[in-house]
Amino acid sequence: MENQIIDFLYLVCIVLFIIGLKRLSHPDSAKKGNLIAALGMGLAIVITIFYPMENESNNYGWIVGGLILGGSIGWVAAKRIKMTAMPEMVSLFNGLGGACSMLIATVEFYNLPEGVAMMSAEVLTIIFALFVGSIAFTGSIVAWGKLEGFLRDNLVLPAPQIINLVMLIAAIGMSGYIMSQPELNFTLVLILLGISLIYGVTFVTPIGGGDMPVVISLLNSFTGIAAAGAGLIYGNQVMIVGGIIVGSAGTILTVLMCKAMNRSLFNVVIGGFSASGTSSGSGSEEIVKEASHSDTAIQLKYSKKVLIVPGYGLAVAQAQHVCHDLERTLENEGVDVKYAIHPVAGRMPGHMNVLLAEADVPYPKLLELEEANEQMSATDMVLVIGANDVVNPSAKDDKGSPIYGMPILDVEKASTVIVLKRSMRPGYAGIQNPLFFGDKTKMLFGDAKDSLSKLKAEVANA
Amino acid sequence: MNDIMQFIIDNIEMLYILVFAIFLGMEIIGKVPTVLHTPLMSGANAISGVVVIGAIILIRNTDPGNYMILIIGMLGIALATINVIGGFAVTDRMLQMFKKKKK
Repeated sequence: MENQIIDFLYLVCIVLFIIGLKRLSHPDSAKKGNLIAALGMGLAIVITIFYPMENESNNYGWIVGGLILGGSIGWVAAKRIKMTAMPEMVSLFNGLGGACSMLIATVEFYNLPEGVAMMSAEVLTIIFALFVGSIAFTGSIVAWGKLEGFLRDNLVLPAPQIINLVMLIAAIGMSGYIMSQPELNFTLVLILLGISLIYGVTFVTPIGGGDMPVVISLLNSFTGIAAAGAGLIYGNQVMIVGGIIVGSAGTILTVLMCKAMNRSLFNVVIGGFSASGTSSGSGSEEIVKEASHSDTAIQLKYSKKVLIVPGYGLAVAQAQHVCHDLERTLENEGVDVKYAIHPVAGRMPGHMNVLLAEADVPYPKLLELEEANEQMSATDMVLVIGANDVVNPSAKDDKGSPIYGMPILDVEKASTVIVLKRSMRPGYAGIQNPLFFGDKTKMLFGDAKDSLSKLKAEVANA
Repeated sequence: MNDIMQFIIDNIEMLYILVFAIFLGMEIIGKVPTVLHTPLMSGANAISGVVVIGAIILIRNTDPGNYMILIIGMLGIALATINVIGGFAVTDRMLQMFKKKKK
């Protein structure tokens, strides 16, 4: 009887997860949704701690120790992290979840009773959790390192596709070999673990540039699937359903992101921006026109309509507040200012929205890609702040470009384009941007925060 | 072949749950505005920390003298809890911003 009640409470947890995720997908209810999902998780943990089990020895000290340790680290990290470093944080957290699945699967292998048949669904499940968990772990750590900047995209593997294929075949072959043995050979399991961990690294290393958000989302769904795999080991419904929902939701989100960039998931995983390299633009001597702060400020002041295109540079320079100040100053002068948000601007979908929301930029001021492009020809001036690949016209007309086919913000349709940029260095995808040499374009070099505050001062004085 | 059929028959309820959960996950995310992609990804990420439950079950079944497994298990709980607590807290911080400006 007691067990049935507890099983029913697990069902309540699952319902809380689902309601939570559902609410998370509407702006008004999102905050509550997050709390509901967290409540479900808390309930699931409490239930699991007190669930009556056969041959239980509880070891509550170890459990509480782990919960307190992890809980306090997680809490402090989440509170201290800068809003702009959010994508890295999510990636790191994700890797730790994958690591937990990996640890559980390894221990469950170690714990397998002697004489158990290796060719069984149980062993296959453990192998699955081990494999996916390990990839999610090392893959997320590499993604985190790339976003943090201590691993750069120039870390190129020779023939990454072949290496990945070999790793995958090795992992599958080793799994088959383990299962074909008459009894458990733990050394083989450790080898499989090693292969899986390395595969996670080689899987993510060749992927870079604008594809990074896609990879994080994909790894997020891997962690979910690994959790579901671990749930299958214990026949635990909360883990199975929670993990699978995250897995399938994450996969859909990944596909949505790929669509936003007009790339297939296959291309992202197999190709990688960095593999295609630079194909065009460079070599020819083209002239860049430089703008001054005062000229730009006057032009801004006498524009009717201004569009701001924010990118990762805005996040790096922490310039969102100054940007909002400039926008308000211009609004007071009677200029219509809007923001054009490319779906993959920044390092994660919605990155720019979160950033601008932090600076209290009102919601209706943010335009999505299509809407922004419709208004582009009626716009007097476009301010591109630290964005590059999302306004690169070679995505439209240069078939050799690695980003060919990605929808971009058509800033060249506006009367004037001012690009705020630190240097002429190419963007994250590592490709040259013909926009910078365009007739209508002027460059305003310098740190975005610095430039924006100067512009604001000039507008106020002019 | 018989083994596979037997496995399917034995676990038919589990398979139902799996299939429904897959479709449910796809439905939930189908209608999300781009603005919410990052918080949603972060929230889903926190939920994937549900694997902490597996680590708790593992420790509860472990012999109190088996320190190696207890330590690995505790490490597992700690890592997954970072994922859970950190994930929900970060998501909450992101969503705080959406709320503030509505006033």
